Amino acid sequence: MNILVCVKRVPATGGTIVLTADEQEIDTRYLGFTVSPHEECAVEEAVRIVEARGGTSTVLTLGPAAAEDQLRDALAVGIERGVLLETDGSDWDAVATAGAIVDAVKSQESAAAPFDLLLFGNEAADTGDYQVGIRVAAGLDLPVVIGAKAIEILDGAVRVRREAAGGGWEIYEVPLPAVVAVKEGINLPRYPSVPGRLRARKKEIERMTPERRAGGPEKLRLRLPVEHHQAAEILGSGPDAAPRVVEVLQKLGVIAS
Amino acid sequence: MILTLVEQTNGQPDRLSLETLALARRLGSGLGAPVHAVLFGTGARDAAADLGRHGVGVAHVVEHERLDAYAPAAWAAALAQLMSGAKVVLAAGSERGNEVMAHVGAQTGLPMAANCTDVSPRDSFGLVRQRWAGSLLEDARLDGDMRLLTVAPHAVAVEESAGPAATIETFRPELTDRDLRVRVVGRVEAEKGKISLADARVVVGGGRGVGGPEAFGILEELAGLLGAAVGVSRVATSAGWRPHSDQIGQTGLRIAPDLYIACGISGAIQHIVGCKAAKRILVINKDADAPIMGRAAYAVIGDLHTVVPAISAEIRRVRANGAAAGRG
Ligand SMILES: Cc1cc2nc3c(=O)[nH]c(=O)nc-3n(C[C@H](O)[C@H](O)[C@H](O)COP(=O)(O)OP(=O)(O)OC[C@H]3O[C@@H](n4cnc5c(N)ncnc54)[C@H](O)[C@@H]3O)c2cc1C
Ligand SMILES: Nc1ncnc2c1ncn2[C@@H]1O[C@H](COP(=O)(O)O)[C@@H](O)[C@H]1O
Repeated sequence: MNILVCVKRVPATGGTIVLTADEQEIDTRYLGFTVSPHEECAVEEAVRIVEARGGTSTVLTLGPAAAEDQLRDALAVGIERGVLLETDGSDWDAVATAGAIVDAVKSQESAAAPFDLLLFGNEAADTGDYQVGIRVAAGLDLPVVIGAKAIEILDGAVRVRREAAGGGWEIYEVPLPAVVAVKEGINLPRYPSVPGRLRARKKEIERMTPERRAGGPEKLRLRLPVEHHQAAEILGSGPDAAPRVVEVLQKLGVIAS
Repeated sequence: MILTLVEQTNGQPDRLSLETLALARRLGSGLGAPVHAVLFGTGARDAAADLGRHGVGVAHVVEHERLDAYAPAAWAAALAQLMSGAKVVLAAGSERGNEVMAHVGAQTGLPMAANCTDVSPRDSFGLVRQRWAGSLLEDARLDGDMRLLTVAPHAVAVEESAGPAATIETFRPELTDRDLRVRVVGRVEAEKGKISLADARVVVGGGRGVGGPEAFGILEELAGLLGAAVGVSRVATSAGWRPHSDQIGQTGLRIAPDLYIACGISGAIQHIVGCKAAKRILVINKDADAPIMGRAAYAVIGDLHTVVPAISAEIRRVRANGAAAGRG
């Protein structure tokens, strides 16, 4: 099995978001960077499938030069190759991103072997466009299943389990090659080992310059939602607060008074 | 025309689709265009019957012998065949709504704006959409003669009014094998019994502060006394202390209980988007400056390992006294 995983570098925002003065970006001066948990799970899934069945795994990202860090994080947990589609760091919309990924897949496949499985996160952590995987599948004329909470590789096909809206599960089965968009919970990603990290640091990253297509929508500015914050009523400190807590639970009707 | 995908379950339109119709109706009156709906599956005709009250003029009921199960690309192909002349094509920001609209975008090459909270129907077609699951908003512009978008859950209120019944038209799409290559081929029913985290009226949440899997016993105990479900932050799931199905937040569940008791959780934005619909939040945290305090109605400052058992003990004491008083 040859597997491609696509990840996106995003700021690791914590308790609050601070915007730059021009309201175009999140102020990342004091932030680290990461990828979506869905994508971490896609990486783990790729590593597990190759461990079980052989083959090779490749991680790809479209982003600034610094997105090399996110590729190396994936290499550190067992992905073999890293490909960076290097941009100037500005936002690429979903149409442009998917177009560039399709180009890169075609050139990777003509240089080496075709991919049997292309894994995506269900949605990117920041823009949440819910569509890059579906657009890439259309560009490559491949079937695509999203929302995957379990993947089973069959002979020439893949079976995917996805949560149904009213509870329970839906089962999909499509022929390989295929695109699958993964949700967190499909597996529990491993932590990188020290030798894994060292190996990842030494690996060559393949760089390509992507061609940008026109797409949309066009971002005008970012802003924080208006929300009503309130001062909390402090019920006390430590276990002595218990009687006050129980009074509040009674007042709220959570327990009988 | 404004073309809206209306999802339905057993002949009832889904709530998120009714919210979407409220926005469609607003766009329709702004653009001077009628609102059409598209429905699929068993029960589509029943669900369509009621849509006049939601501003729908024409409801297209899609019928095709190969559409007995959900098939996202085929649904999108049917929409694409119905949408010629449409100014806007939209769906709810549900899993299927986003999926089908992404396929419509992929099949037509048009851009698609996911999870919009507001759209202004003027020339420039300004819209507001969610980033970071709603922790951040983006003002954007969508160009073109035909706009594709989805509407973020609970961003727009359902609007009902007396109106003429929608005209129901049957539509038979042209579908190829390729449109049908991805479809639901089986189902597994939900397990029954346990209080579901998604529906619980009270949720006891635990995060890094709980410290390990065993210590969740004290949260389970409190939850048992309150008839509550236990939920967790991502730290608790990625450490393997709890299953991911317990996770609340951007990449977990969104909950809306009457009371959320957050123990040892700092309140990262990705957790908050999962619990901010709670009516009230009670925080138990040893750090009085934790970001989650800004969301709390009530707070206890202290070590959850002593505070939570003390609350459970107090509930037992009060209940025992109540029972004793009842006997006496
Ligand atoms: C794209 C993305 C998606 C994410 N999705 C989610 C998601 O769905 N859900 C989610 O939860 N997170 C999510 N996260 C992770 C999130 O950013 C935080 O890392 C996480 O929520 C922090 O969990 P925590 O509050 O338990 O831990 P911490 O932030 O470490 O906070 C621990 C808190 O416990 C308190 N504490 C410690 N010991 C005690 C004690 N003995 N008694 C009382 N209080 C104590 C501390 O004061 C602190 O406030 C996501 C992150 C990213 C980047
Ligand atoms: N810049 C990018 N580079 C690589 N993969 C991406 C990029 N943007 C999105 N993706 C992939 O597409 C998925 C869905 O993204 P989106 O459609 O933007 O929500 C993500 O989880 C990634 O797997």
